[in-house]
Amino acid sequence: MSGLSRILRTLRRSTLQAIPTAICIIVLNFILLQMAPGDAVDVLAAESGAATLEGMAAMRERFGLNAPVIEQLSAYLNRLLHLDLGTSARFGVPIAELIAQRLPRTLLLMALALGMAAIIGVALGAVMSSFAGRLSDRVLSILSLLFYSIPNFWIGLMLIVLFSVKLGWLPSGGSGSIGMGLTGWAALVDQARYLVLPAASLALYYVAIYARLTRAAMLEVRAQDYVRTAQAKGLPPLVVNVHHILRNALIPITTMAGMHVGAMLGGAVVVETVFSLPGLGRLAFEAVLGRDIQVLLGILLLSSFFVIVMNALVDLLHTFLDPKIGVH
Amino acid sequence: MRLPFFRNEPPTPYDMAAANLSNRELRLFLTNPNAVVGLGILASVALLALLAPALYPGDPLSVVAEPFLWPGQDWAYPLGTDALGRDVMAGALHGARISLYVGLAATIVGFGIGLLVGASAGYFGGRTDAALVKLIEVFQTLPNFVLVVVIVAVLEPTPTVVAVAIAIVSWPTIARLARAEFRSIRERDYVTAAHSLGCGSIHIMGREILPNALPPLIVTSSIMVASAILMESGLSFMGLSDSNIISWGSMIGAGREFIRTAWYLTALPGIAIVLTVLALNMIGDGLNDALNPRTQND
Repeated sequence: MSGLSRILRTLRRSTLQAIPTAICIIVLNFILLQMAPGDAVDVLAAESGAATLEGMAAMRERFGLNAPVIEQLSAYLNRLLHLDLGTSARFGVPIAELIAQRLPRTLLLMALALGMAAIIGVALGAVMSSFAGRLSDRVLSILSLLFYSIPNFWIGLMLIVLFSVKLGWLPSGGSGSIGMGLTGWAALVDQARYLVLPAASLALYYVAIYARLTRAAMLEVRAQDYVRTAQAKGLPPLVVNVHHILRNALIPITTMAGMHVGAMLGGAVVVETVFSLPGLGRLAFEAVLGRDIQVLLGILLLSSFFVIVMNALVDLLHTFLDPKIGVH
Repeated sequence: MRLPFFRNEPPTPYDMAAANLSNRELRLFLTNPNAVVGLGILASVALLALLAPALYPGDPLSVVAEPFLWPGQDWAYPLGTDALGRDVMAGALHGARISLYVGLAATIVGFGIGLLVGASAGYFGGRTDAALVKLIEVFQTLPNFVLVVVIVAVLEPTPTVVAVAIAIVSWPTIARLARAEFRSIRERDYVTAAHSLGCGSIHIMGREILPNALPPLIVTSSIMVASAILMESGLSFMGLSDSNIISWGSMIGAGREFIRTAWYLTALPGIAIVLTVLALNMIGDGLNDALNPRTQND
């Protein structure tokens, strides 16, 4: 079977799997929205400050809030189909627009953290598996267990104490220097300086996970016959390690990386709060403070869809890494 | 084996073998240095949490001394005082109660839901399985922490609500494991034997399959407690917790304002979290080595 048709099949399969999941998530979102205390009319009434009970009842009728739940659900679905997530009561801006504004910075933060975690984690895991059972393996194992146990917001704060307060090397928060008129390369470096600490605090936990995963996967692959064959052919150990062992060990790791996107979004919420980065997480925090459930639900919905898309992409990546996947 | 018909019989060789096996596992667990250190730390934290009301009676949120005493400056307040003059030691001990309570409660509820869903899916198979697997998939797609934030924001931020919210996002892990175990054990001979003796589904699931499916679930549950404590600390750090109850996360959140001058206010509660979570992860590792010997790879 040709590569293209294999990719198309994988794409079709993951799309078919994703649709029911997406519908379930939308319904769950709707249920949470119904559970929230107060409705849009309460919010509007509180904003105007002078609403009568009769006026509020009339408004509920007009907005369809007295309609049966099932009709409200279909109205909700209809609005979602038009990419309308509602309007934020706190910010007075359409929620979709608000999220679109904040999304790029969060994506950048996550991509940086995931990249950092994957590179450092896989390298550590490869070292651990090469020295399995020896002192360096044990020390790194305990270290990775420690990384695994540190709350990301706390390590963020500790990094601020060390690198911003004591050493003064990196900024403690914000998204870029204001009023310096930086352009081009200088602006990019400036932006990066503000992202180093947040990305590092978000990455630490995943460094531990990837190190442990890589170690286990490489030890398992190392016992396979084709590795012995490669060694028997007289290939240099580095080639065997990288080309035969690591490549095959990467499959379980990429699966996990796809699953981590959702968890990382959650981590970004807290880390952005620590570093006052104006991303999606910071928006969630502001929405929590302002009791703006609609914005929160919009973020939940969008991030769930993002996870679905990422899972589909990981499936595609697997068809590249392992030709056996996706045939059936 | 554990059939009602044989209950009064003397122990069979199988029972003896099972007893020896669990002894061996316990010994393996207790000779693992990581597990012992983890147990020691966790026991100390639990003891301090239990003794907190006796050692520091009264509200840990009350003002007792001058503000910003550094740790060691005045031995009446070994960990110092915060910006309002509240005793950090009292806060840390009372905070341990909340962390352990939320961690345990979330894990028990999550374990219950996960076991129920996973066992039904694995045992009954067919359409039940397909529907439940979809349910698991939906909850795995929803970003955990974001969902917890939404649930707690929609309801009230009491410790019990926080625990239930964490349980709602953490059950899928147990459910997936339980499903896999029940699916494979369902095919064993002794389950078929129980079937042919006319045992009902509930009996087979509870008395025949469950005891054999437990080991991997127990390993996972100790890590679930750890991640529940991490999530709770994140929530209370963000201010999503009952403001009348002190917790490690809320102490960090309050200390954060003074990070330039009094960084110990942020550091100390964080160290408490790290130690507790590390202990639980070490116990989880030890349990894994003792109960799943085939994953021991060195």
